[in-house]
Amino acid sequence: MRTIVKYVLLDLLRNRIIIVYTLILAVLAVSVLGLDSNPAKGLLSLLNVSLLFVPIITILFATIYFFNSIEFTELLLSQPIKRQSVLLAEYTGVAFSLSAAYMIGIGLPLLFLVSGTESLMMVVTGVLLTLIFSSLALLIFVKSKDKTKGIGIAIVTALFFSLLFDGLLIAFIYSFSEYPIDKAVLGIIAFNPIDLARVLMLLQLDVAVLMGYSGALFKKFLGSATGSIFSLACMCLWAVIPLILSVRIFRKKDL
Amino acid sequence: MISIKQLTKTFGKFKALDDVTLNMEEGQAISLLGPNGSGKTTIIKSILGLVIPEKGQITINGHLVKQDWSYRSSIGYMPQIGRYPDNMSIGQVLKMIKELRKDHQSYDEELIHGFGLDRIADKKMRNLSGGTRQKVSACLAFLFSPDIYILDEPTAGLDPVSSELLKEKMTRERAAGKLILITSHVLSDLEGIASHIIYLQDGKLMFHRSVEELQASTGEVRLNRMIAHVIKTELPQARQAS
Repeated sequence: MRTIVKYVLLDLLRNRIIIVYTLILAVLAVSVLGLDSNPAKGLLSLLNVSLLFVPIITILFATIYFFNSIEFTELLLSQPIKRQSVLLAEYTGVAFSLSAAYMIGIGLPLLFLVSGTESLMMVVTGVLLTLIFSSLALLIFVKSKDKTKGIGIAIVTALFFSLLFDGLLIAFIYSFSEYPIDKAVLGIIAFNPIDLARVLMLLQLDVAVLMGYSGALFKKFLGSATGSIFSLACMCLWAVIPLILSVRIFRKKDL
Repeated sequence: MISIKQLTKTFGKFKALDDVTLNMEEGQAISLLGPNGSGKTTIIKSILGLVIPEKGQITINGHLVKQDWSYRSSIGYMPQIGRYPDNMSIGQVLKMIKELRKDHQSYDEELIHGFGLDRIADKKMRNLSGGTRQKVSACLAFLFSPDIYILDEPTAGLDPVSSELLKEKMTRERAAGKLILITSHVLSDLEGIASHIIYLQDGKLMFHRSVEELQASTGEVRLNRMIAHVIKTELPQARQAS
């Protein structure tokens, strides 16, 4: 498995899209942080930018990569190697190179401009989101039969979590505003990794009240520390569960 | 060496393989023939464990394909379409496969030199023509001198010189007692190599005979005339379908 990871990385770290992605993130980070004299505000803008870009780019790139390397996967599987190791090695390669792009693009400017626990948390959330959406891409890859369909599902998934989910949540909150639904809303947020990432970051920045309903709820019910641990744990589950499911499905998949 | 028993595989409603039973022995060069969609690739992929059949079993050198993946060390596979990571060079692909197979220390690099791939080892896979990629696939299949070769349309994209080189290599390997399983639409390419013919149609095994037997029963010398003769006289329903 280690050999495959090594060579997948060798290929991906020279991939043009990964390099361009890193550069775009770096330009965004430097310009957003440079614009605002208040580092907390800068971080907030940067958070919004990464919550928008990271999920969709990660899921699209990973899905396309997995589909494009089907023939290569077949070749690897014709060698005496376990199916599981091939799949996990490819996941590791993709997730690692996208995370590295984020760490360099966002992490390096943060280190120089606004170092501190908030910046560290920012990098952690970005990397977690990358792991989660690569893992969802892997699940889409093992579940769908052809590439076009897979890419379609990937786009819909990313849009669902970044746009549609919040809309539905607001509709839910409005229509049940007469009832005590605070805890239910907390539970629902756990079903959206992007919201979890937002909450995690905002609790760190101590501007939770600024971010509206869900942030205030988290603060009120869980407090900063418990709230952070809760969202971190949920995010880890979001990365691990799709990965386990993918490995299970892949064991029985016809290539 | 390879024994297939009552293998059945369906893709949705489509029956790709229907109760196929086959035995293949060492020293044979078996040509897998049949119209498009007759189940040739599905058989190959089932042997490699890439496709998981519903019914039936495949044993390779006594190992059940379902249970244990280590049997694949005795198979060299050359796929129909070889696609490799874009940014890897030929040399890196070869090196990677060698590193994956730590059980082997000696390599059969005859084809690498024959095709001249060692001289363009720095070229990126992205920039290679289809034929050159096919040469890389062929080299990988022969690299560890396995007991069984599975070659899916090996000569389809190759130039005449390389194609001859590959055919000579196959003949030598067969003489060394290896089992070679080839699918090809170009019957003239199999002339002098194939010792047995397996004909599939709609997922069913139509016949499995040795070339001598076919020669005797049809009175033809050339491979494509023999096959045509058998299809005309013995398999009227096959002729309609194709």
